[in-house]
Amino acid sequence: MTTSTSLVYLIALPLAGAAILLLAGRRADKWGHLLGTAMSASSFGVGLYQLMLMLDRPTEQRPVGKKLFEWINVGEFKVDAGLLLDQLSICFVLLITGVGTLIHIYSISYMSHDKDRRRFFAYLNLFIAAMLLLVLGDSYLNLYVGWEGVGLASYLLIGFWNQKPAYATASKKAFVMNRIGDMGLSFAIMIAFATMGTVSFAGVQEHAHHASEAALTGMGIMLLVAAAGKSAQFPLQAWLGDAMAGPTPVSALIHAATMVTAGVYLITRSNFVFDAAPTAQLLVVIVGAITLMFGALIGTAKDDIKKALAASTMSQIGYMILAAGLGPVGYAFAIMHLLTHGFFKAGMFLGAGSVMHGMNDEVNMRKYGALRKFMPITFVTFGLGYLAILGVPPFAGFYSKDMIIETAFNAGGAKGIILGVTTLIGAAITAFYMTRVMILTFTGTKRWDDDAHPHESPWLMWLPMAVLAIGSVSSGYLLSSGDALENWLHPLFDHHEEHEAHLFEPIVVSAMALTMVAIGVAIAFFKYARQEVSSVAPENVSIFTKIARQDLMQDRFNEAVFMRPGQALTTTLVAADDVVIDGAVRGVGQVAMGSGSALRGLQNGYVRSYAAVILVGAIALIGAIWVVVQ
Amino acid sequence: MNAANYLYISALLFTIGAVGVVVRRNAIVVFMCIELMLNAANLSFVTFSRINGDLDGQVMAFFTMVVAACEVVVGLAIIVTIYRSRRSASVDDASLLKR
Repeated sequence: MTTSTSLVYLIALPLAGAAILLLAGRRADKWGHLLGTAMSASSFGVGLYQLMLMLDRPTEQRPVGKKLFEWINVGEFKVDAGLLLDQLSICFVLLITGVGTLIHIYSISYMSHDKDRRRFFAYLNLFIAAMLLLVLGDSYLNLYVGWEGVGLASYLLIGFWNQKPAYATASKKAFVMNRIGDMGLSFAIMIAFATMGTVSFAGVQEHAHHASEAALTGMGIMLLVAAAGKSAQFPLQAWLGDAMAGPTPVSALIHAATMVTAGVYLITRSNFVFDAAPTAQLLVVIVGAITLMFGALIGTAKDDIKKALAASTMSQIGYMILAAGLGPVGYAFAIMHLLTHGFFKAGMFLGAGSVMHGMNDEVNMRKYGALRKFMPITFVTFGLGYLAILGVPPFAGFYSKDMIIETAFNAGGAKGIILGVTTLIGAAITAFYMTRVMILTFTGTKRWDDDAHPHESPWLMWLPMAVLAIGSVSSGYLLSSGDALENWLHPLFDHHEEHEAHLFEPIVVSAMALTMVAIGVAIAFFKYARQEVSSVAPENVSIFTKIARQDLMQDRFNEAVFMRPGQALTTTLVAADDVVIDGAVRGVGQVAMGSGSALRGLQNGYVRSYAAVILVGAIALIGAIWVVVQ
Repeated sequence: MNAANYLYISALLFTIGAVGVVVRRNAIVVFMCIELMLNAANLSFVTFSRINGDLDGQVMAFFTMVVAACEVVVGLAIIVTIYRSRRSASVDDASLLKR
């Protein structure tokens, strides 16, 4: 494999930015945001340069690597800190640095009133560096470092306004739930080392054929747990809604476009594990299917624009996970949906941020309405993202989502039918809740408070939105024309050449999907555009709405099943420690002290009583000996 | 004469000494009673020496005398010192070494 030293700069530039901004402190307040943006942009430049180099090389020589240093060398266990840039990583590198740079630019204006803007940019740079390390690491252990790094950055950024206790709690919740996923990843690494003796991607791929299926299934399930934690998939999805406590650019970058898709990356990267472990692969599909419905249902009931978008993110990542679980035919589509989703969802989040910026940080959509006239650019860019997520041709989501639906139908047998129908219904619900967001926010009558003065955001904010909107329009076509992305990623995946019979022709799938989307849009239209929308959420709603408003009871479930028993267990253990362990220690002391003070009475200072005791003792001893001898 | 009679006398002397140590308060008298017990032991030693027909017991008796002499020197010095400081030779008065 060819080496390329400039790979290091991809990570080093944003990392240096983070270090400078954090160490320079308040002195960097004046220019910190500019440095942060420059570092991210130059990292993007390096990424583009790498892409050009890669395009110049023949297919088999495209991956490049760079060994940084010998990290661990203990007996049989050798790990180098190394970077690997192949066709899959480059997609992520460009998404992370590209969308990341746009969001840096957006944040210059969005965070301009925040006195901690420099710190914000430091964390953003830290995130970019960690995320790049995640996708560039050439072994599971290197990936793990980046994996933890993005978790840290996510924690710091969700709790950026941690002066509000609820926000601090949200960041803690995200961190703790992510720990469960991280545990899965560490178990997967342990299994890889125990069964194959290596943790590098190349090594595991080489040895996967010889490993037992049980080991690979275990590793696959643990990787799935890791992916579920990071990508907010069922059953570790509960943190994503609360993560919206972070500033909106963070939601756009970390909790929509990049970090939450790390799970999809992990599964796609580990394709050699999942292809050899059908059980784990089936579980991946199930998790994806459950989450895409779960997120979509939550999305229908949320009045908080960011939480509605977060639920949508969860649902869309469900699509990606599902596609990734379908094996070699699905990986490329998972990545394609990931890239298009990165554009349109980041664009919509930035749009939501722009709306909040003009509405005194109001997030309740019931207090919006009729904003189209006041924020035309936001409306247009958000609208293009909306059309993209719906999957209306020729916008980006049409290409990526239809591919997933089609692949799901073609999975074969009952599994194919169930998955296909699930993805179709998911598409309809997506259309419903996204239309609801559009109608409540941009059309209808104005319902905002008197002190709100909606206005279009400055150009620093709408420019990134416009760029992302262009991506939302064109990325699907560009990536799928001539199967560009599929062919690009093709060398990485172990394809079975024979194609199974298609259940439906692609055009039929598209027609079905569009019909479902139309139904969803129509329901939302009649429910919200034709009727007056109340500015407070109605209370007399069906039980289903109430459950959906409470995130399908995910928090209650976690509290009832994990938190309270966990607390009870901890209380019991503390009590047991107090009574049993400490009790034993204290008991020994008390026995010693008690017997001491009892015996102390004998020490009365009178020589004659000592003598008497000695005498009695001696007589007793002689008597005892006498009895024994007799 | 039956050698056992010496042992009886030895036991009697030891008992008198032991009772004296326990019941008397005067340190000098207690001291003399200790001497009585030591000499009772000496009497037993020489009696056994005679009964067994060897010299072991008599050698032991000399040892006892040496120990007794040392003990008297140290003990009397302590008693005289205590008497000088507190004008009393009662063992019950010297009871500060407790608790």
